[in-house]
Amino acid sequence: MVHFTAEEKAAITSLWGKMNVEEAGGEALGRLLVVYPWTQRFFDNFGNLSSPSAILGNPKVKAHGKKVLTSFGDAIKNMDNLKTTFAKLSELHCDKLHVDPENFRLLGNVLVTVLAILYGKEFTPEVQASWQKMVAGVASALASRYH
Amino acid sequence: MSLTKTERTIIVSMWAKISTQADTIGTETLERLFLSYPQTKTYFPHFDLHPGSAQLRAHGSKVVAAVGDAAKSIDNIGAALSKLSELHAYILRVDPVNFKLLSHCLLVTLAARFPADFTAEAHAAWDKFLSVVSSVLTEKYR
Repeated sequence: MVHFTAEEKAAITSLWGKMNVEEAGGEALGRLLVVYPWTQRFFDNFGNLSSPSAILGNPKVKAHGKKVLTSFGDAIKNMDNLKTTFAKLSELHCDKLHVDPENFRLLGNVLVTVLAILYGKEFTPEVQASWQKMVAGVASALASRYH
Repeated sequence: MSLTKTERTIIVSMWAKISTQADTIGTETLERLFLSYPQTKTYFPHFDLHPGSAQLRAHGSKVVAAVGDAAKSIDNIGAALSKLSELHAYILRVDPVNFKLLSHCLLVTLAARFPADFTAEAHAAWDKFLSVVSSVLTEKYR
């Protein structure tokens, strides 16, 4: 079970408070599909993914990125209880979506990189460490019901 | 996995910008590594790892200089890093999983310092380039 200190929670929630979830979500999912093209295997029905600009401009990518990052918001409200919070989503990703949990780790790291771009100097090593813990906790919670 | 011409161009042109801040980039990368992935400190029991330590700065410089060597010889990274590859295989024996962690922290450092340059294409090129560097450094492990 992941335990967050008060400082870590503060670092996470303060950045979250400033974030444009729609933009950041679209950027993170888009970059996942650009940097790790094999992840496109889950999105055959998304239309044009033929180039980085096509991917980042794709409305389905943006919408889905927003959905995914909005769900992260639940994680942030329930940092001490990630496994319970994501139990249903975990079952969904295993039984219906058939997503290898490695993809959760890849997306988590892409999100961290997007935060670095958005926040620059403010995204200090300490803030990054808090967010790495967050994305690792979410990835682990999403994998917890796999069988 | 080999780098396309476009990817090589991106790396080489960004390296020109990066090299002016190479030392501080190296130090910041290592600080990020040790904070986010404390287990990586196990390879440095002989170091003072406090932020600002001279050893951290020196080692960060070394690491980024090596990345620079790879960028400068991007058509033959294997040859450029051959000695380093042997060092890692026979002396240092850093577990291969750690190359991904260091690469990620270097990417985050570059993203934070050069946000305008770190487009999705640049992100992909750097991730691939560092992956090639990591492969070269582990290719003599067994």
